[in-house]
Amino acid sequence: MLVMQATILVFVLVAGTAVVLTRDPRSQVIGLSFYGLLLALMFFLYQAPDVALSQVTVGTVALPLMFMLALARIRRDREKAEREEHKKENPKQARPEENAA
Amino acid sequence: MNRGVRMVLFAASGVMLFGILLWGLRGLPPLGHYHGPYGDVLNSVAVYERHATDVVSAVNFDYRGFDTLGEEFILFISVIGCTLLLRRQKGEGQGEGGSKDEDESSDRRAPSPSDATKVITIGLVGPLIVFGLYIVSHGQLTPGGGFQGGVILATAPLLVYLGGDFKTFQKIISHTLVELAEAGGALAYVAIGFAGYVIGQAFLKNVVPLGETGNITSSGTIILISLATGLEVAGGFVLLLHAFLEQTLETLGGQK
Repeated sequence: MLVMQATILVFVLVAGTAVVLTRDPRSQVIGLSFYGLLLALMFFLYQAPDVALSQVTVGTVALPLMFMLALARIRRDREKAEREEHKKENPKQARPEENAA
Repeated sequence: MNRGVRMVLFAASGVMLFGILLWGLRGLPPLGHYHGPYGDVLNSVAVYERHATDVVSAVNFDYRGFDTLGEEFILFISVIGCTLLLRRQKGEGQGEGGSKDEDESSDRRAPSPSDATKVITIGLVGPLIVFGLYIVSHGQLTPGGGFQGGVILATAPLLVYLGGDFKTFQKIISHTLVELAEAGGALAYVAIGFAGYVIGQAFLKNVVPLGETGNITSSGTIILISLATGLEVAGGFVLLLHAFLEQTLETLGGQK
């Protein structure tokens, strides 16, 4: 038991550092979700199943989901702004993005 | 302030904070050696006093039920705030030239989910709902309760969205019903609290017959509050999902 507890502590330490060091928000959210799962496992190994269950639902599902949706929302706004900027610069090219794909 | 000065400041404060942290950690009781009296007292009396075998739920929904009421309303207010911020505003979704905002982004159009994804997600919806209901309704017996079960229940429509599309998601949830569930759950918690006043006792007093320990109907108001919380949390999260998905997808018009 003690070995498992020590191992999960190391995992949590590594995952937490990795989340902090990740710079791209999307990868960071996925990392955060994984980190949440490890935390839940840690709570479970330290005999707190109630907290572990809350951590699984909130930390691995709800929180990353909200982050992802918020990121998608921000991206939509930014792309729209960029498009309008682009249109102002090149008024003749109506929709240049289509070829870019 | 340039980088060098900032690094010096960081090093100084970092060392100090780390020192204080270590100092604080030294004062913690060793693992498994609990010092405070409350945990031991509750562990020995909760099953006898409340007929609830999960002491954590007994604490959350009874002994400190008033705090949980506050927590529930934090969630309630957050959901209301989010939906208010994300509401469809006047002129939004009306792109240039009065036409509906179309999906202009080249890589935005979500590909239809693969057959494997569809089978797995749709197949999981049923078991997930059963599991969520189990977690909500067995909070007083085993780990779990309204909060955890509510979130699990709310992920069922999310799976439908992942396996299908936003239209299916909208089809299976009724916006009015979800709103009613959220508000009704919050109201039910307060109503159970007021039931104590009715018989001349304190707020949130456990007034319902406690039943037989280990039965699903045991623990009096604890199971009722757990159900109310489950309803509120599930409703709130679905509402939140709906608001976010509507904002990110539906205003794109030509989605699917």
